[in-house]
Amino acid sequence: MPLVRNGKIAGDEFVHVADDAEIPGDGAILISSARFLADAETLSRRAGKTGVIWPNNRDVDDLVPYLDRLAAVALVFPIFRDGRAYSQARLLRERHSYKGELRATGQVLRDQFVFMLRAGFDTFEVRKESDAEAFAQTAKRYSVFYQPTGDGRLTALHRRMQQRHSESAGQ
Amino acid sequence: MYAYDELDRTIINERVSEFRDQVKRRLSGELTEDEFKMLRLQNGVYLQLHAYMFRVAIPYGTLSSKQLRRLAHVARRYDRGYGHFTTRQNIQFNWIKLAELPDALSDLADVGIHAMQTSGNNTRNVTSDQWAGVAPDEIEDPRIWSELIRQYTTLHPEFSFLPRKFKFAITASAHDRAAIKVHDIGLRLHKNAEGETGFEVLVGGGLGRTPFIAKTIKPFVPGRDLLSYIEAILRVYNQYGRRDNIYKARIKILVHELGIEKFAQEVEDEWLQMRDSALTLDDEVVEDIRSRFSYPVYEKLPHMPEELKKAAHDPYFEAWRKNSVAPHKVTGYAIVTLSLKPVGGPPGDATADQMDAIADLADKYSFGEIRVGHEQNLALPHVARRDLPALWRELDKIGVATPNVNLVSDIIACPGLDYCSLANARSIPIAQELTRRFANHDTANLIGRLHVNISGCINACGHHHVGHIGILGVEKNGEEFYQITIGGRADENAVVGTLIGPAVPYGEVADVVEDIVEAYLALRARPDELFIDTVKRLGVEPFRERVYATR
Amino acid sequence: MTSPLEQKKIRITGPSMVTANRTWDGVVIYRTPDHGWSVNLSDAAIVRTSDEARALLAESVADDVGAVGAYIAPVEIKDGGKIRPGNLREHIRSEGVTIDLPVPA
Repeated sequence: MPLVRNGKIAGDEFVHVADDAEIPGDGAILISSARFLADAETLSRRAGKTGVIWPNNRDVDDLVPYLDRLAAVALVFPIFRDGRAYSQARLLRERHSYKGELRATGQVLRDQFVFMLRAGFDTFEVRKESDAEAFAQTAKRYSVFYQPTGDGRLTALHRRMQQRHSESAGQ
Repeated sequence: MYAYDELDRTIINERVSEFRDQVKRRLSGELTEDEFKMLRLQNGVYLQLHAYMFRVAIPYGTLSSKQLRRLAHVARRYDRGYGHFTTRQNIQFNWIKLAELPDALSDLADVGIHAMQTSGNNTRNVTSDQWAGVAPDEIEDPRIWSELIRQYTTLHPEFSFLPRKFKFAITASAHDRAAIKVHDIGLRLHKNAEGETGFEVLVGGGLGRTPFIAKTIKPFVPGRDLLSYIEAILRVYNQYGRRDNIYKARIKILVHELGIEKFAQEVEDEWLQMRDSALTLDDEVVEDIRSRFSYPVYEKLPHMPEELKKAAHDPYFEAWRKNSVAPHKVTGYAIVTLSLKPVGGPPGDATADQMDAIADLADKYSFGEIRVGHEQNLALPHVARRDLPALWRELDKIGVATPNVNLVSDIIACPGLDYCSLANARSIPIAQELTRRFANHDTANLIGRLHVNISGCINACGHHHVGHIGILGVEKNGEEFYQITIGGRADENAVVGTLIGPAVPYGEVADVVEDIVEAYLALRARPDELFIDTVKRLGVEPFRERVYATR
Repeated sequence: MTSPLEQKKIRITGPSMVTANRTWDGVVIYRTPDHGWSVNLSDAAIVRTSDEARALLAESVADDVGAVGAYIAPVEIKDGGKIRPGNLREHIRSEGVTIDLPVPA
């Protein structure tokens, strides 16, 4: 499955470690939330990078105490029609100021890229090769946005205000 | 009218090009139907019995003559020469080819019309009072706020994949013409004791399989906090709304299962963390949107011009005027409803020729503006009273002056099994038969206000639960049967109707409705006691007896 | 009638066919014996056992590019072998709406 990070197809430094597999001392790993929470203090202080796969039906508040020690949070779209992880992503980024990698996993398709970027995702486990290749182009599909999110883009409402102010300043 | 600026135009054009690419990928096989379905739904494209159906948004029911002409063009060029106005201020075309849809969308985008989110599990077209801006009793024009919500909900990055569809309606009048109590979020614009404008927010209304009347979640949300409060509701719903069962996924079920107090608390907790965010609507921002709504420059005209006095001698004109003309906030003007319910016709349909003619009449008599109401009729919102006789003659020529607005033959009906892949039974032929039974205007007038609503299945697109008489098509052993409810209403006193007894077969529906109406005429306390009030006073029993005594 | 789109268990009780809508324009189509599609019900492949129905549906669904929403529907076989729709829904899909269209074709 191709990985897109910061807009480009990239290699994945993280290894998915199954719940019954041994956790390596170093190296970047992604583990389940259950496994992480069972021993969060130790795991969040291990030498290698640690990332957690967080299910979309569990409150992200439970993860908040560890956020500054996590290298990655992977949120899940079990099917693309299930949009719970968009809310989780915005909460992590905007309310809890999470700065690490925020990864979209599951049924990640081209036509969700813009929404995901706006919600704060920066890394994507993309289902189809062709979608991954089209990432850069798709991300540019929209140039105007009506809603403010943590991605910092100006909304149409605010652009209109700026335009107004610059017009009146020019008079 | 709201005038799109460059930013609005850019978004809908970018949306059209995205959809063009999606259709191309679907037709080449790059996208499966499973992947494509939600994408097409988000652009208003259903698959019905005979073809694709294309649902176009008419936000808050306001259209310019130019836009209406473009809808006529789409009907002619890409469809079969007509369109169907729905109960949620949309228009549907029934015979669209998928391969041509991007072109149709592009033609509509040229005049600032889109089909974004007219279907799918996202926030749908924001509906409002079709008399907004002209109703004498309103606090202020609710379309300003409707437009703010329209923009806020369009392509929302967090809420485009909700558990289920989500509908907003707004009213600013004491009399609710927007059916806000049967919406996921209903907003009633009012002023608090300090004279500040804000909203009573209602939540969890809806029809369908499990009807609920919306409950008040917050009596007053200031206008500046409207979007953050909505975002809090949507966020709670997005995270906690059920996704395991499509029939339990609407917000009404979440509100019901949690209870309104608990749900309100969840929303409040969320809202308090974000109310002072970039979503706050400064006066300046609201004013900017307001400034892009244009209003006619009205003349100073008499309330009772000579033309009207003269025309009053024509009983046909008078019948129409009394039925279809409503008071306007400006003296000398009137709001004129155009009935799309001719005797024997399918409710809510208009041909391309009619649309063009109405657009011309709007230019001539209504400052180029047309409204669409949830009752599936159109309105010309700014007609000088002196022009009423001339306008009436023109409307009559094109078949939209049937004087039956709000009467028994002004039937709301979904497309039913003639078109819809979800339907169990037909709706349109039932409606047509009823309009023939009640074609006599004097009889209909004697009966008075009576709303008949017909749905061809439990999804309730014809809002049968809130019809004074509601008719629901069901299927029994391969035959069409219809359940009859009475006593429902969709206004400020909204209530779900009560079933009167066992379902009746297709051929008996019109007889049953006649029986109900005859029972009412015999039972009403006074000639001006409306059907709905008689049912409220007496309950369903006397009606049940009358209908089933001989069946 | 239960929407055929929710068809889960496949058990037929009489002669049946597979119908769908054509992807590019949405027109009603019927699966034919030569593994293609036709707009005429008279060309439809007729199945009489549940196993046959399952097989015909499987090959129809496999054509995801050409057709949308394939499902099994009943037919009546008249004297002389003429195929007729087996219920009202299929009658309407095959013959058109039961009302006059606002604009005659």
